[in-house]
Amino acid sequence: MAVAIDVVQLETDVLVIGSGAAGMMAALEAGKEGAGVILADRSLIGRSGATIMAQMTVAVALGSQTPDGCEHHLADTLAAGRELCDASLAQLVCEEGPRDILQLDEWKVGWARNDDGSIRQALAPGHDRPRCVYVDFLSTGPAVAKTLRGRVLRQKEVTRIGDLYITDILVTGGVATGATGFSLADGRPVVLKAKAVVIATGGLTRLYQRNSASANMSGDGYALALRAGAELTDMEFVQFFPIGHLAPRLVGMDPIMWDPFRYKLGGRLLNAEMREFVNDYGNEEAGTYNVTRDRATFAILSEVKAGRGSPAGGAFLSFQHIPAETLRASFGPVIDRLAANGIDLTQMPIEVAPIAHYHMGGVKVDAQMRTSVPGLFSCGEANGGANGANRLSGNAITEAFVFGRIAGRTASLHARSAGNADAPVPAGALDLVSAVTPDGGEIHAGLIADLQQTMAVNVGPFRTEEGLRQALAAIADLKTRLGALPPGAPGPYNMARLDWFDLRTMLLVAEAVTRSALLRKESRGAHQRDDFPAMDPAFVLHHTVKLAGDDIVLGRAPVEGRTLCEVA
Amino acid sequence: MRETATLIVRRGHADEESRTSTYEVPYTPGQSVLDGLRFVRTNLDSTLSVRHSCINANTCKECMIIVDGKVDYACTARLEPREMVLEPLSNKAHLRDLVTEIAPPDERLEHALKSGLGKAVAGA
Repeated sequence: MAVAIDVVQLETDVLVIGSGAAGMMAALEAGKEGAGVILADRSLIGRSGATIMAQMTVAVALGSQTPDGCEHHLADTLAAGRELCDASLAQLVCEEGPRDILQLDEWKVGWARNDDGSIRQALAPGHDRPRCVYVDFLSTGPAVAKTLRGRVLRQKEVTRIGDLYITDILVTGGVATGATGFSLADGRPVVLKAKAVVIATGGLTRLYQRNSASANMSGDGYALALRAGAELTDMEFVQFFPIGHLAPRLVGMDPIMWDPFRYKLGGRLLNAEMREFVNDYGNEEAGTYNVTRDRATFAILSEVKAGRGSPAGGAFLSFQHIPAETLRASFGPVIDRLAANGIDLTQMPIEVAPIAHYHMGGVKVDAQMRTSVPGLFSCGEANGGANGANRLSGNAITEAFVFGRIAGRTASLHARSAGNADAPVPAGALDLVSAVTPDGGEIHAGLIADLQQTMAVNVGPFRTEEGLRQALAAIADLKTRLGALPPGAPGPYNMARLDWFDLRTMLLVAEAVTRSALLRKESRGAHQRDDFPAMDPAFVLHHTVKLAGDDIVLGRAPVEGRTLCEVA
Repeated sequence: MRETATLIVRRGHADEESRTSTYEVPYTPGQSVLDGLRFVRTNLDSTLSVRHSCINANTCKECMIIVDGKVDYACTARLEPREMVLEPLSNKAHLRDLVTEIAPPDERLEHALKSGLGKAVAGA
């Protein structure tokens, strides 16, 4: 049933969906090119998503303290990607990263400095030399978000609209012409007409029970792209951050906070026997923190499986050998926040375990950030390909800058030549957002928790055919319980209704991840199959995902630019 | 016996009469008030609206409410095994339950409409 309800119609040249680093860079660049921009976010502008959660590292070949070149950064990126990187995208990140990092420096983000005034670069796992810039103490994400937000506020071409939930991309004659959604503050349906649409919605960590990002990383962009007709790639590769905080309970801190501690102080990762174990799994960690995320995750979970995990089900991380003065000098105010939580690192180890952190897969784009749908662009973590089967630490913020800027520029150029501003809104485009239905009594927030549980157990770091098939059955069951229309009526901050839209997105994305994982009968990077434990050269290929009607269709595509990999 | 916290939560939106809902949630030491509210939404009553983006990091700053009469972040205020009274911020426009209008005025839909980017029309 539909009732008479106000509909808001907006018009712009470029619509950017999502206001993390990638979305804000895209909006800034499109505005600079003279395009009118609407920067929309389901939450607060510049505070939502994963950027603000970044604790420390941003990888970039500045060579400010150790000689470096983008070819070395690229070689490390491709090696971490386990032969699956789209080398042209990876190359963009490495080549153009320095320009954006220096731009942020000019904008006074506050990169940590050496005594001689040069930008400080830390050594992070998977890198052959110190390459990661950061803002102390654990403030990289907030500083980046604040700096970009400050620039966006000054860019007159950009109109910022927060609390705007986008439900679908409008597609007319195969071309993206805007989006539909609703205003969270009052529930009103919204139609946005745009000559170009940029997806900058980040990843899908919310699909998993334990994750390191925010509650709005539901994979929105992947579902939007699929329903618009665009192609996704590498959806089976979900990165688990190996040492997410597990115990004791700690509030007011992000669970990935131990990463900076390990960069600066090393730390010892121990099993229940209080023995270091990471090197038992073919790694060579000796005093420094250098084992890549996929391998560290594998080592920790293997120990847990073997019955040598910590009481809460992870590993111990100890800094007990580090003097209190050194801890204080390295992390100042953070030490006080830990004390307020009853944690004294000189006296006790803490417990850590892998948590969902980042998505390597995503929207398939070319080097101009064009998707397979004309008028639709994508950037940041929402993109797939640049990181292959495993992302090198520090590359996420860098790719957000680079891909965001390129997407903004391409979208503004497209908007200049596009003539679709008068495209009619397709019939039925507002059916979902204006629907009024009786509340069926289903607790969709509970179903989301069920899905997160299923994904954690069956589509986590270790996978089997049996588990993946169980996940598909659970997803199908949840789809039936979701139904065709959202519960209730449009209204102010109706979270029960919001849950329905999120579950709709999450089920589609979860199915894309699970089906891709089922097809990859090997173990590579972040995708580990217990039933196919070895890497198989026959799988040096991308799995692609498209939607045909309501059905997910999987395909294969060759890995581009492998010669670059060999050169590097 | 398992300890519980009792959350007494102000409910409703502008077009309704204000009321409270009372929820019993399991308590373990160290948990936050937001943990309790998330338990309610997942297990007891998903119509309860409380906004947050991050869950634990205290970076998004969206979960500011009134806990026992004092302004606090739900993600850092500790859950306690007793009755706790939770209300929306009193100095912001009330939207629903614990949610208030916290977006800066020039980042709201109304502002975009006033800037001439669009219009509100009567829908079908």
